[in-house]
Amino acid sequence: MLAGLLFIIMGLITIVCALCVVFQKNPIYSAIFLIQTMVSLAVLYVLLHAQFIAAIQVMVYAGAIMVLFVFVIMLLNLNKTDVEGDYDKLLFQKPSAIILGFILVVMIGVVTLNTVFQGTQGEYTPESISQIGNTQLVGKMLFTKYVFPFEIASILLFAAVLGAIILAKKQIIKDKEV
Amino acid sequence: MLNAIVYTLLSTIKIGIVIGILLLIIAYLIWVERKVMAHMQLRLGPMRVGWHGLLQPIADGLKLIFKEDIIPSQASKVVFVLAPVIATVPALMSIAVIPFGDTISILGISIDMVITDVNIGILFILAVTSVGVYGIMLGGWSSNNKYSLLGALRSSAQMISYELSLGLSLIGVIMISQSLSLVDVVNSQAKCWFVILQPLAFIIYAISAIAETNRCPFDLPEAETELVAGFHTEYSSMKFALFFMAEYANIITVSAVAVTFFFGGWRGPFLPPVAWFLIKMALCIFFFIWLRSTYPRFRYDQLMKFGWKVLLPAALANILITGLVMVLL
Repeated sequence: MLAGLLFIIMGLITIVCALCVVFQKNPIYSAIFLIQTMVSLAVLYVLLHAQFIAAIQVMVYAGAIMVLFVFVIMLLNLNKTDVEGDYDKLLFQKPSAIILGFILVVMIGVVTLNTVFQGTQGEYTPESISQIGNTQLVGKMLFTKYVFPFEIASILLFAAVLGAIILAKKQIIKDKEV
Repeated sequence: MLNAIVYTLLSTIKIGIVIGILLLIIAYLIWVERKVMAHMQLRLGPMRVGWHGLLQPIADGLKLIFKEDIIPSQASKVVFVLAPVIATVPALMSIAVIPFGDTISILGISIDMVITDVNIGILFILAVTSVGVYGIMLGGWSSNNKYSLLGALRSSAQMISYELSLGLSLIGVIMISQSLSLVDVVNSQAKCWFVILQPLAFIIYAISAIAETNRCPFDLPEAETELVAGFHTEYSSMKFALFFMAEYANIITVSAVAVTFFFGGWRGPFLPPVAWFLIKMALCIFFFIWLRSTYPRFRYDQLMKFGWKVLLPAALANILITGLVMVLL
């Protein structure tokens, strides 16, 4: 009962904040609303008995990634025309965004209808999760059943880190030559 | 149904008591800091208001409430007002999972001396405190002042860098205690404090905790000689007081975590558990003040180099060594 009410309230806050991210003109305000969206999502995870994911959601997305976003926006030193947007340049983006967005919504809808609304209960009910321990369960799954996607993700991140270092090094080498 | 009502009532009372005591400690921490630093520098510190200045925090609080509240005309008003709140609330929230003592029973109801024992305790603290950075960043940005902005940027860079080694230094302890819950961490220190088993982790934790709370020698965000007052240059009245409170609440949080993770929490002979917890925490806080009156400030490039090239590899090495020892033994 109480959990249902909380779900409705947090869901509404999440949706409103997500819309505000898109419709705000000032990028800093967009970033602030995005942070609030992340935090409300974390509350939804708690309602689903996934405390570990909720904590990681706040720590990684709200606490680390968004800090870097805000950091970069502050450093960019946007002037007035940048903030309000140059509408002419963005003409081709709108139709392509609408088409891609539509495809995404259809995909999510098909997947959701085929899996979530089946009504069959899975192996891990809230009771069994609280018995094993949330964090322990996530760890076990990551290192046994989902070890291949997990390793692929780590290779992807490693490649991104290498790319960032090479980009940063280029500038340093250039500076040294001059 | 009755159980639920009792539970809610008990939790509310516990939260009220803990927050009340926490705010009192914060107020008197400022007095303690001024006194201790004064005596270390052969001064007397506040002496006028009350016996040895004991009423000074109340006088300061009243003064701050009645001061004019100035919002700069070019400031981004909503964010400017919101920033001190974002800084303070997480700082106070993180105390919720820290155990102060063993379970006691009053009138047949057993009460845990912890507001809530969640099974992800330490992750909750890390998550909540990581949100506190926004208070400083947004405060500095919304002031529309270049010193504030520079202070905010420095501070956020510093806090993200040291948050990593702070979190990694705690992993060694978590590996030994096999649990993220702070109650379990305290219980697994019944025989031996983790500061003895994990000395390197404790040193890394201590250094990065000082950097996380923006205290001397890592107080670059508010380096007076370069940045006027850093991110809170434009803040006045109670908004400034809120930033001040957040800083001291953070000191209390990191000290409480240090006590829980490395000094056996509330465990100790003779005295009641809560007294032991408070004594250990007071010693940790004294260490903070001691450092402030001893060391000069770091330079910014030194700070970044030290964080990334010394502390982070050391923290990772500590995890590796702990894992190796645990597998071999």
